[in-house]
Amino acid sequence: MQLNINGQLRDFAEPMTISQLLQQLELAPERVVIEHNNEILTAEAHNKQLQDGDSLELIQFVGGG
Amino acid sequence: MDKLVIAGREFDSRLMVGTGKFASNQAMVDAMVHSDSEIVTVALRRVDIDNPEDSLLSHIDRDRYLLLPNTSGARDAEEAIRLARLARAAGCEPWVKLEVTPDPYYLLPDPIETLKAAEVLVKEGFIVLPYMPADPVLAKHLEEAGTATVMPLGAPIGTNRGIRTRDLISIIIEQANVPVVVDAGLGAPSHAAEAMEMGADAVLVNTALADTPDPAAMGRAFKKGVEAGREAYLAGLGPQRDKAEASSPLTGFLRD
Amino acid sequence: MMTFQQQLDKYPQAQIREQVLSATPQQIDQALRRPRLSMEDFACLLSPQISDVQLELIASRAHSITKQRFGRTILLYAPLYLSNECHNGCKYCGFSADNHLYRKTLSLAEIEREAKLLRAEGFRHMLLLTGEAPEAAGIEYLESAVHTVKTHCGSVSLEVFPMETDGYKRMVAAGVDGLTLYQETYDPELYRELHPYGPKSDYSYRLQAPERAGEAGLRRIGVGSLLGLGDCLTDVFYSGLHALYLARRFWRTQVTISFPRMRPAEGGFQPNSIVTDRQLTQFICALRLLIPDAGLILSTRESSELRDNLLPLGITQMSAGSCTSPGGYGDDDNDGEQFAINDHRTPAEMAEILQARGYDPVWKDWDSAFLNKAC
Repeated sequence: MQLNINGQLRDFAEPMTISQLLQQLELAPERVVIEHNNEILTAEAHNKQLQDGDSLELIQFVGGG
Repeated sequence: MDKLVIAGREFDSRLMVGTGKFASNQAMVDAMVHSDSEIVTVALRRVDIDNPEDSLLSHIDRDRYLLLPNTSGARDAEEAIRLARLARAAGCEPWVKLEVTPDPYYLLPDPIETLKAAEVLVKEGFIVLPYMPADPVLAKHLEEAGTATVMPLGAPIGTNRGIRTRDLISIIIEQANVPVVVDAGLGAPSHAAEAMEMGADAVLVNTALADTPDPAAMGRAFKKGVEAGREAYLAGLGPQRDKAEASSPLTGFLRD
Repeated sequence: MMTFQQQLDKYPQAQIREQVLSATPQQIDQALRRPRLSMEDFACLLSPQISDVQLELIASRAHSITKQRFGRTILLYAPLYLSNECHNGCKYCGFSADNHLYRKTLSLAEIEREAKLLRAEGFRHMLLLTGEAPEAAGIEYLESAVHTVKTHCGSVSLEVFPMETDGYKRMVAAGVDGLTLYQETYDPELYRELHPYGPKSDYSYRLQAPERAGEAGLRRIGVGSLLGLGDCLTDVFYSGLHALYLARRFWRTQVTISFPRMRPAEGGFQPNSIVTDRQLTQFICALRLLIPDAGLILSTRESSELRDNLLPLGITQMSAGSCTSPGGYGDDDNDGEQFAINDHRTPAEMAEILQARGYDPVWKDWDSAFLNKAC
């Protein structure tokens, strides 16, 4: 399964949910906001199954003025 | 000091602090704590999935500080709206510091896109604090769009040049129905004091706190600057250079 | 944004009166030094305790602000009374339905005659006035009147009964630029007493009218209270508050303030309080400091001597050679006037005096031909 994550193409062997992806990337779910195919996801939607070709934006807070 | 009220919410501090460009998270926390600020701005960026950093939020006490996400990086209204929605989805309160800065050199705010984004975000229920050029007419338009404050720039962001837009900010302050927060360019506590003496309701400072070997001390210094300026404003600055220019008194006729 | 009524509720009359009366010399000094006045500062500057030195200081500030914002110019305008028919029983007004005076509503031909006479005197700003009698001089009548007058002048303002927003929109469409609507007194109790019957007895409807006019897009809106009806200190305070509110909310509109003092009128109403020349001077200067850009209007109610002396202190508009009865410019007799004027100089004399004092008399500062929707 190929995913476009933050503009980079990544291949994954297994089908997985968003939660599982975050786990694999070692990202705590509470610190990222996710756009899945241009749609902002709520925390409840993290069990959503990912499909081949999906694109994801993983966003986090950083310092800023 | 008298309280700052934004969108019905009260704050004791009139100093907002940005969290960008600090040498370390500890330096950022030092500046926040010592400035006694209650509102801190943060930005949103893509996660670097190869090198996930330590989360900024784990350093910020959310009970003590109102997190004010900005839309920095947005080059037009659409991008700014998207960033604001993302911030809200991240569990922030619907407060947003609206920034639309298409110009990558001076990061000057785009008045047209800022107004467009403000109109949409206000309708979506956001409490919008727009970073804007020091333009009094734009301030009126933003206010009419329903923004909670206006945030005119003192000088281009990060320049530490102080209030170069003084006369225009004075007009904005005179005419505003919402709090005026002077943002950008305040490089020294005296600049912050000057903004407050002019009657600004609050200031936002980032670079000056981040770009110093001692952010804690600078945080304290800015806090004092802001308080001094506010107190001076409330006390009444004076005396104006006001000499009666008429050779005979203007009110002499009352005593004839 | 809150309504003016809500704003007004934040400043209870007793509290404001107390604030004005208890202002210390230090507080007055402090208020005088502020770059911008808060409402509390403004209250201090209305204090009867103000010293001669402080009064001179406030006058010099008012003078320099006015010069800075308006230059040395005075806009000259003329009232044009269209009708004195009225269903209101305002106890202080010559047009009150209680009074037996000659009632008249001008025909369009008569209006044109009056407008031509005023134009011949030089006037390009005309203020149309009526009582409140919609069947004689209502909205449609005003539309026709405006069309008639418009061809003879650059700018038409109204001082008529309060309207709904739609009515004001019709006035804007007809080519009206300005509106004057005095609350007379902001004290609701006294207001009720002085306006016992007629549509004007509705305090709130009148209070909200300037906001409706602002929404309709009038370019100039004037407020004021009739000094002498009640407690002038609080009434001037509220006039200032009202003007400031309108200026902030309708930022495309210029606000004007008038401070008419009671004049002898048919019916013989005795003022409840006397506003001295000193107080009037103080009020004008304080209003100038409160709103640097407000138009401040002085009519021929005041004596020629006082008008000349007040000239440099903040005044921006004056009437001249006024008649306060319908048809008064063309008719020989002045039957049915609203009040007796106190400055009888002709417009030409007035203009000459202004020039002699270094002021430019402005007959026309605006032309609606520049509007997108030229009328």
